[in-house]
Amino acid sequence: MLAFIIRRLGQALLVLMAVGFVSFSMFKFMGDPLENMLGQEATVADRAELEERLGLNDPIIVQYFDFFERALRGDFGVSYRVGLPVGEVILDRLPATLELAFLSGVFAISLGFVLGVYTAIKRDGFLANFIMTTSLIGVSLPTFLIGVFLIWAFSVNLGWLPSFGRGETRSVFGVDLAIFTWDGLRSMILPAVTLGLYQMTLIMRLVRSEMLEVLRTDYIRFARARGLSQRTVNFGHAMKNTLVPVITVTGLQFGSIVAFAIITESVFQWPGVGLLFINAVSFVDIPVMSAYLLLVGVIFVTINLIVDLLYFTIDPRLSVSSN
Amino acid sequence: MSTETQKGAEARPEFKEVVTTSTWQRWMHSDIWHSYKRSPVIIVSSLTFLVLVLGAVLSPLISPYTPFDPASLNLMNGFTKPMSANEFTGDYFLLGTDDQGRDVLSTILFGLRISLFVGVVAVLFAMTLGVVLGLVSGYVGGWVDGMIMRIADIQMTFPSIMVAMLLYGIGKGLIPPDLRDEMAIWVLIISIGLSEWVQFARTVRGATMVERQKEYVQAGNLIGLSRWSIMLRHILPNVTGPILVIATISLALAIIAEATLSFLGVGAPKTEPSLGTLINVGRQYILSGEWWILLFPSLTLLALALSVNLFGDWLRDILNPKLR
Repeated sequence: MLAFIIRRLGQALLVLMAVGFVSFSMFKFMGDPLENMLGQEATVADRAELEERLGLNDPIIVQYFDFFERALRGDFGVSYRVGLPVGEVILDRLPATLELAFLSGVFAISLGFVLGVYTAIKRDGFLANFIMTTSLIGVSLPTFLIGVFLIWAFSVNLGWLPSFGRGETRSVFGVDLAIFTWDGLRSMILPAVTLGLYQMTLIMRLVRSEMLEVLRTDYIRFARARGLSQRTVNFGHAMKNTLVPVITVTGLQFGSIVAFAIITESVFQWPGVGLLFINAVSFVDIPVMSAYLLLVGVIFVTINLIVDLLYFTIDPRLSVSSN
Repeated sequence: MSTETQKGAEARPEFKEVVTTSTWQRWMHSDIWHSYKRSPVIIVSSLTFLVLVLGAVLSPLISPYTPFDPASLNLMNGFTKPMSANEFTGDYFLLGTDDQGRDVLSTILFGLRISLFVGVVAVLFAMTLGVVLGLVSGYVGGWVDGMIMRIADIQMTFPSIMVAMLLYGIGKGLIPPDLRDEMAIWVLIISIGLSEWVQFARTVRGATMVERQKEYVQAGNLIGLSRWSIMLRHILPNVTGPILVIATISLALAIIAEATLSFLGVGAPKTEPSLGTLINVGRQYILSGEWWILLFPSLTLLALALSVNLFGDWLRDILNPKLR
């Protein structure tokens, strides 16, 4: 098991180094920060002064190590677009994305799990078949279209929920969160559903197929033969054994949620890092893009690592076979 | 599903009586055609796709108006309702007009053209890149294989739509600002293409490693054929099945990726709007009640993505002998 952990850590480090390299190259070789930051009336002296201040005169290898050293301190330079330190801008926007991702994750897991178990138990039921067919269409729908139509239905036609923005926020330990206010929670419902819908269908289909597989096994048949109630067999014995693959996929999906938040945040004008990134892309704001890439890289690698390590705690068979 | 395939198997004996002469006859008696005839969903979706492609290709000929020619636009036509004539000018619009008086049907046809063009070219690009890298990786092996596959692994860590966005940003940054709008379509194609090559490379690599062990490859080696000749002329034809399946699935993904990027304003420029751009324009008018500007482009995109997706699923099932 130790060898496995070391190997996985090595791989994670490799991915991070590669991502860091791309991030640094973008930062270093693309665009001209001076051109972007100085106005048209800038003098040669202004130029030289800024060049020196940004450290653009140092040798490349020094800049490369500087980049990593500064990245560790959370210093990613100054955004071309808003003129503020990138680290601050991202830190300011991160809570909004994380709470949105959290809520949509909760939505995807809980509903996906319930529907998955339901469709597996009532395999040939009318409602179960209906859910399965609808989910197939749902998977082919682009995320942004789901968002736009939810706005059309629930904000424009029914007027139940707000169509954009984050609503009221409340400061919790110095972090502004919307999830603890009624107004903020209402603003979060549509974006969270949009973001979580795809993951929900994925989890549902996975739970269903795992559940069907388990229900065919001998120990389930034996449990039925012992005369245990349907409920005990379905929930006590069968459902428990579907957990391993579900946790894996769910964990890995959290990364995708962060990535797809770019689209959802843009549709709902949710002020998170995703919206920041897409604005950075359209304005070619390199420091923000490269910092975002590094941030997402760290998030993805961490999640993958945690999921891999979780295998061992959840499934005792794995640690036995590796010893 | 399983009962259907069994029926197919029972019907098969008559195949022996068929003397295969022309390619057409062989095609008419093939399993693929047989399965095609039996699934109404696939017939409908492939016909839908065909109609959409024809609409896109023939758009300059069949669209009732020229939506991107400023000279022919009349602002008085703005916000005309679908299936009605404009109250000021008397012009008739089947699907209504947008804020600038452009005919929605015509913009959809031209938008479809751009969406399909970007999707198809991006997939061709991804396919070429992925197939070549996959062949080299699987056939040559060693450190070349290791390097290509590590790059693929790292790229696979991130969702392809995010990779495409990032590449679009990088590409835009590399182009001088005054050329950005002109080159936007090509930047879009290259970013989407680069974000989708991994699937092709992985599949082709796997298939190549199997093929490499076979006698015909050894024979080719023996008579002194070059590596490239063996890879491209002998191995490649034997791994086309999976490539075709991935190409169809990638096409659906590429179309959606293109629409998403354009919708977010980091894709096709306003001067050459694709379906995604049109949906983005339409979104601005849902609050004021002009629903048709949003609805019709969305339905077109949906029909396109769904028909390609269903067709891809069917193709995967039919070309995969394990599932039959």
